Amino acid sequence: MRNLFSAISGGLFGAGLFVSGMTDTRKVQGWLDVFGEWDPTLAFVMGGAIIPMFFAWRWTEGRMPALGGMFPPKPNPVIGRNLVLGSTLFGFGWGLVGLCPGPSIASLYYGGIQGTVFVLAMGAGMWFAPSIKARLDGAAPAV
Amino acid sequence: MQIEWIFGLAGGVLIGLGGAVYLLVNGRIMGASGIIGGIVDGSAGSQKAERAWFLAGLFGVPTVLALLFGNLQGDGPAQTYATENLWAVVVAGLLVGVGTRIANGCTSGHGVCGISRLSLRGIVATVFYIVAGGFGVILFKHLLGWV
Repeated sequence: MRNLFSAISGGLFGAGLFVSGMTDTRKVQGWLDVFGEWDPTLAFVMGGAIIPMFFAWRWTEGRMPALGGMFPPKPNPVIGRNLVLGSTLFGFGWGLVGLCPGPSIASLYYGGIQGTVFVLAMGAGMWFAPSIKARLDGAAPAV
Repeated sequence: MQIEWIFGLAGGVLIGLGGAVYLLVNGRIMGASGIIGGIVDGSAGSQKAERAWFLAGLFGVPTVLALLFGNLQGDGPAQTYATENLWAVVVAGLLVGVGTRIANGCTSGHGVCGISRLSLRGIVATVFYIVAGGFGVILFKHLLGWV
């Protein structure tokens, strides 16, 4: 049952990325390119996605997930180095090619050689990330 | 132009519904980098199957839609129009992979799921990756001409 609803959720996410045009790297780079031909689409996508999620979070209060277990704990309010450094590195990569993790998987079939190379490189980065994080935390512990 | 905004809004609502199902039914935050990264580095543990099914849906549905409709907002087949500079693609993939795992989230987890619960970390992460993305486009596209 968990697997079924996981697949449904992933499918909705993928359908949304396809319909919204967020697997088109020109639209993503267009949003980030304030000095070029600025494309506001991404703001509409974010806004559209936040609406159902806002009500979903409200619904979780005082309830349990339908398939048991617990809802995620309250968000951690601490802004640490890893959050800022990691998001900055991610942003540079995102701006460079216009792909982030969700759309890279969603467009893997029609993304050409670039799409496959991107997913392999992203996977390699994710594989190395824990040791990089451990090294950073060893040099100076994150808050 | 405005039709693109409507597609954007409609697609966004679908993304949010996906996140709502994952949260309300499975009790989890729909973050693509965490779902993929946990499988890659082995930290997913017993959640491996659940996550693999999520990725199957995430890959499968747009693939079917692309085969049926081609490029939804234009002519010809669906495509990403990504740069043909494969070195740039490798660098970008590495940065996205390392960055999202160090920050513990990406556009879906910190962005969609974090902002919608007014998580300070989600909001701060989103500001940093959008500003860095903007600088990235200025640097790599306008100054260096890589892409």
